[in-house]
Amino acid sequence: MPTRTKTRWGVHAALIVVCFVMCIPALYALQLATLTFDAAFRAPPQLFPPGADLGENVSSLFTRLQFGGLMVNTTVVALVVVVGKTGLSLLAGLAFVYFQFPGKTVLFFVVLLTLLMPTEIILLPLFRMMSELEWGRLNPRLALTVPFLASATGVFLFRQHFANIPRELAEAAQLDGATPSQFLLSVLIPMSWNVIGAQALIQFISTWNAYLWPVLIVQDSSAFVIQMGVRSAASSGGQTDFGLLMAAGVIASLPPLILFVLLQRQFMNGFALTRDK
Amino acid sequence: MDSPRFDRWWARGVALGVAALTLYILITEWDGVVRLGLWLWAGLSAAPQSFANLTNYYAVLPAAQLLPSLIIGAVVGLVLGVRAVRQRRVDPPWGVLIISTVLGAFSGQILTATLQHCTYALEAPAVEAIAGVVLTALSALIFVMPYLATLNRINPSQSGYFRRPALAYGFLAPTLLSLFVFLYYPSIQTILLSLNARRFPIRTERFVCLGNYTALAEDVVYQSSFVTTLAITLAIVGFSLSIALGIAVLASQKVRGASIYRTFLIWPFALSPVVTGVIFLALFRDGQAGLVNYFLTVGFGTELSWLRNPDLARWVVVLASVWNILGFNILFYIAGLQGVPPELLEAAAIDGANKPQRFFSITFPLLSPYTFFLLVTNVTYSFYGIYGVVDALTSGGPPVGAAGMFGGATNVLIYKLYEDAFTPGAPIGSAAAQAIVLFIGIAALTLLQFRFVESRVTYAD
Repeated sequence: MPTRTKTRWGVHAALIVVCFVMCIPALYALQLATLTFDAAFRAPPQLFPPGADLGENVSSLFTRLQFGGLMVNTTVVALVVVVGKTGLSLLAGLAFVYFQFPGKTVLFFVVLLTLLMPTEIILLPLFRMMSELEWGRLNPRLALTVPFLASATGVFLFRQHFANIPRELAEAAQLDGATPSQFLLSVLIPMSWNVIGAQALIQFISTWNAYLWPVLIVQDSSAFVIQMGVRSAASSGGQTDFGLLMAAGVIASLPPLILFVLLQRQFMNGFALTRDK
Repeated sequence: MDSPRFDRWWARGVALGVAALTLYILITEWDGVVRLGLWLWAGLSAAPQSFANLTNYYAVLPAAQLLPSLIIGAVVGLVLGVRAVRQRRVDPPWGVLIISTVLGAFSGQILTATLQHCTYALEAPAVEAIAGVVLTALSALIFVMPYLATLNRINPSQSGYFRRPALAYGFLAPTLLSLFVFLYYPSIQTILLSLNARRFPIRTERFVCLGNYTALAEDVVYQSSFVTTLAITLAIVGFSLSIALGIAVLASQKVRGASIYRTFLIWPFALSPVVTGVIFLALFRDGQAGLVNYFLTVGFGTELSWLRNPDLARWVVVLASVWNILGFNILFYIAGLQGVPPELLEAAAIDGANKPQRFFSITFPLLSPYTFFLLVTNVTYSFYGIYGVVDALTSGGPPVGAAGMFGGATNVLIYKLYEDAFTPGAPIGSAAAQAIVLFIGIAALTLLQFRFVESRVTYAD
């Protein structure tokens, strides 16, 4: 059928154009990252070929702006938040779906209501609380992670997912004399990798990209996180060194991007929201 | 299908890694954990004193201030109770009605007592008095809504529940404790902070009722920031949703390599607002070294001062934000489009509906849960997430009005809030009031979304 192949070529062409347009800002950033300070200010801009100074820019990020330490800090913080949120949400989901207890509805409401409270509006009193605990000064790692360990979205997601798992599995597990934690570890978790993957990816990305709270709370430069590094690359000295800055952006974006590409399938499946079953 | 058992080597590896990480954090940060424990203990020990204070407060509160607030709460409880009793045909209704009325009166006091009943004082201005009534009514909902939701219980015929309900409290405890300490408590603190202000000669903060809010309403910089935020939000949401839907329809066509195209379309959402901001800073900078101005010069022989012109700066912020969240929207729309049953579209095609007709009468309505969800997340991004973009791109500028009397052109509410809150001698009360105003916007939208998808949200099993 000639018309069919024709439209398909049209679709390919349109998709390629859209993908290219979406990638222009990033391609330009990559190109700038390969240029020296002076070359990045030259007009007309050097759009092709790439310069030879990517290595130079990246190494100066790691030597001058301590990007190595920033990456380690941010990784630890993001891992703790991801693990904590996933773990707590799994446990809460288990309680809401596989138990009957007095006050269940009210407690679920208590969790649900927090969906309305974004962390951004409570940062002010949270900041005061952190000063009382001296976490900002002495335990920045705790200040960056502990307040964000519980997640209404996570509880909601796992509850929804568990509710779609056939009840026969739970009955069978109970007949076998399994405890709730055995049931969680050997039945629920293996059946939930997609949802866990999707939730973990979202949490990792949002923690890795967090900027406002770290800027407010962390004073000790040895505990700075990566986004603060990117921002400081923009404002070091008088004129912005765009080559260095774009290299910072590229380096800071690599871990979430790599994870996103690796976990893409789980992500798509885990977030296929309420597809009718 | 996933692996059926947990005994895969990597699953054990994950478990071991988690344990090691927990242990490492606990050991290295032990002193901080201890201080949190002490802090919680101090809070608990202060509870009897707080209770005594509260009793004293009510003992001396004039009845003229207490009674109206009690009545308003009770009326709200009663009205909602009547509605629920009618809808669910509860028979006999008296028990439910009495409980819901009492709960309404009681829970109406939560916010009202926080305000120290100041809006019910005789000398309170009319605006504050009206706001106080609204607040009492809202406060009544806090207990009445969950109580009435328990009536909704679909009969729990499901089996497969574990015995020993005590365990459930154990599983929920970490989540609930964390939510109370790090979300509920600070939220209440925000409200309390927003009721205090430092007024000129006196250096300590004192209670000013809703004064911070009325002051905000009269502040030109705040008004301008408010309008800017609404305009920017409208532009971001409108563009990002419509463009994402178009691209998602395109990317859902069955072509070879569709998943590769999707990866290329979705990835920018993994970038942080700060990185997005610096990339667009490079794109739109002055002089012909910036990509956009270079092409403008080549094509039109002119260049624009994108980040110095108030209107253009706003558009750059909008463009950067749209680019940042577009991938997220495309992702969800693709998922939504996969859920549209092809039989429906074929049936419509047989009935002679053309492509646009099929799209607008079948596909688009079926996507509405996704649209609503994305609407909320996009507004949330435009209200809060935008901080990093603005900070990296414009730092709130450029100035508007004579000598910048209206603040910066991109001084959005979240940016102004944290500028106000963390400058020396900061007006903390005003910043807290700004946070509450911002919160009300998002909360209202989220509640609307709940109502919209209510059929999918069941409060009880």
